[in-house]
Amino acid sequence: MRGIKKTFMAVTVVGLALTGCSGDSGGEDSQTLLIAYKKADPVLESLMENTKEQFEAANEGITVELSPIEGNDDDYATKLALSQRSPDTAPDVFVEDSFKLRADVDAGYVLALDEYLADWEDWDAFNETAKEAGTGDDGGIYAVPLEADTRVIWYNQNVLGAAGIELPWQPQNWEDLLEMARTVKAANPDVVPFSMYAGTMQSFYELLYGTEDGALYDEDEQKWVVGSQGFIDSLDFLKTIYDEGLAVTPAQALDPNIWQEIVGDMLPQDRMGATVEGSYAPQFWQEGADYEWPEYGEVMATSPFPTQNGQEPGAVSMSGGWTLAVGAGSENPELAVDFVKMAMNFDNSLAYTVDASKIAVRNDVAETTEYQEMNPFAKEVTEVLEVSRYRPATADFAEIDTAVLTATQEVVAGGKSPEEAAADYDEALKQIVGEDNVIEK
Amino acid sequence: MSPARAAGATAARDRDQPVREAPRPRTPPASVRLRQAVRLLPLLPAVVLLLVFLGGPILWAFYGSFTDAGLTGASARNPEWIGLDNYRTLLTDPQFPHSLWLTFLFVLGSAVIGQNCLGLALALVMQRANRVVAAVAGTCVVAAWVLPEIVAAFIAYAFFFRDGMLNQLTGLAGLPVVDWLYEYPMLALVFANIWRGTAFSMMNYQAALNDVPPEITESATIDGAGGMQRLRFITLPMIKSSIATNLMLITLLTLGTFTLIYVVTGGGPLNASTTLPIMAYEQAFQYGDIGYGTAIAVVMLLIGAVFSIAYIRMLRERKD
Repeated sequence: MRGIKKTFMAVTVVGLALTGCSGDSGGEDSQTLLIAYKKADPVLESLMENTKEQFEAANEGITVELSPIEGNDDDYATKLALSQRSPDTAPDVFVEDSFKLRADVDAGYVLALDEYLADWEDWDAFNETAKEAGTGDDGGIYAVPLEADTRVIWYNQNVLGAAGIELPWQPQNWEDLLEMARTVKAANPDVVPFSMYAGTMQSFYELLYGTEDGALYDEDEQKWVVGSQGFIDSLDFLKTIYDEGLAVTPAQALDPNIWQEIVGDMLPQDRMGATVEGSYAPQFWQEGADYEWPEYGEVMATSPFPTQNGQEPGAVSMSGGWTLAVGAGSENPELAVDFVKMAMNFDNSLAYTVDASKIAVRNDVAETTEYQEMNPFAKEVTEVLEVSRYRPATADFAEIDTAVLTATQEVVAGGKSPEEAAADYDEALKQIVGEDNVIEK
Repeated sequence: MSPARAAGATAARDRDQPVREAPRPRTPPASVRLRQAVRLLPLLPAVVLLLVFLGGPILWAFYGSFTDAGLTGASARNPEWIGLDNYRTLLTDPQFPHSLWLTFLFVLGSAVIGQNCLGLALALVMQRANRVVAAVAGTCVVAAWVLPEIVAAFIAYAFFFRDGMLNQLTGLAGLPVVDWLYEYPMLALVFANIWRGTAFSMMNYQAALNDVPPEITESATIDGAGGMQRLRFITLPMIKSSIATNLMLITLLTLGTFTLIYVVTGGGPLNASTTLPIMAYEQAFQYGDIGYGTAIAVVMLLIGAVFSIAYIRMLRERKD
């Protein structure tokens, strides 16, 4: 019997060795640049293809290998992170969600770009707020912003006008929002006057960052905020609009596909007064889009989201967006950075930004008429970038973001009071980051 | 698959029995050893593949669950050995007992009770039904099983969601609209999984029932046994081992169900349908905490192992 076992083992080991050896791809050579990006977006795809063409023409002997990755944002992040674990598969340049950047910097996947960008004239043309998207915890630059977005109130002028609200409507504080919503509801109980998602980016953070002590994270102390009154007030505002029936029903609020109903049906059919959406909303309604709505330019209008009591700077917005980063293990960082610079030069950036209906990250692009006329709202939503904030996207942030989401959902649909939900969040936060990393506000 | 393999192994053991009992030298002659080795050779590819693609990941999962390995962040660079910390966190995580309970409900409701009983009932009824009815009914049941899981999941979503088929139908009948996925997400998932998986149990039982010799049931009828009595004292005891095998397979399949739940409810609302596989996925891939995610996976693996052992023991007892 022992003999059999031995033979067995020996053959097994050989088999394992054979299969184990096949992964050797010989590493990457310095004449090839590997570029990773998410495949879903045709505008991004054409930016990458055009840049590849231009880059190979300008740098003889260099091959640019495009590696589009299919899947949703989470899948993309996972696949990218896995490819970064091995030098054989790590891309030289990759499109990175600003939300994930700091975590990847912590992991040592991302090259610090400060010295490479120092002599790049174009860098001064980039918007200062947008640069925040590529900034790491240590204040260094790790990525060049590809695009930005902001969040504003989109309102239906037919609905507000019919209720006797003076147009253009310009709310100065939260009370103005509630007043409008109550007026609209009184005038026409069948419409949804003012809806905010039971979520974070389009909803809770807009509120929180407009309160006096509102922030999730204290950048100076590098600690997470607990026990904040702003947190409770923000939850309380959400509770008010849901309890008074000013927003969609709690069940709808928790449906991940509710936004389709809002942009596709409720707003175009004059069944909703106002909601908070991204600056990219025209993308839904433009010609050829999924929810094409030829009159959207005349019916819809925007307003910046006001701060709680109208305090400085008067309005608030949250921003996110994709960036371009260079792999820390790149064999040819100079060349990789050159690729980033070329992708984000004036012409390429203009074409990409306009086609994708995004907020320009370059001031010179923002000033072109082509950009300002890309849709009726381009100018308004771009101005909001001044007051816009990025999320403190540290390595733990995905989990913290979910804890915030849970708090909003518990208040909107779970029957918890704002105080209880805020206390639960504080507990969850301490579990995630540790007692030592929180600060009482 | 495994019952067949188990049966094969038993048969082989029986055949070997006389050889093993016969007195033989301590070291068998080289020719015998060679022959035995050669006999094992055809198994080799399967064993190697199993080791590489099943054993390897399982070992890695065990190892990973003792580290703080992350998808990104500082711990992605240098994962550290943290011993049982992940398991300790798991035991204090309020989400864990909740997910465990939901997983239990899901397995019990949709597999052990739903698929199993409905499958048996269908198989019994179809034995009696006329050929056309049986064929049509069989096709309907099997259709859900044939669909790729993702497609079945989308169909289930389209059926249960607020403006979905179910509410349109009940609306026609004048019944109030119920938001199934919001108010009763687990119930909707249980029904979805019963719909999707019953065909498997039904086919298992159809095969088993075909093996019950008709003369036994006939003689029971002559002895005056009614329908329920025949089922209880004749049919069920005769297909006991099929029942155990079927239970084991569907329990394991249902324990690991991910796509259906992820697509239909995404674990929501408010974690109301976050079973263990969803929880493991969230931790590992949404929060990037691979170590913690694998710890949850290991727990699932152990639960599956316990069930398998229990069922296999049941099978063995039946044999004796």
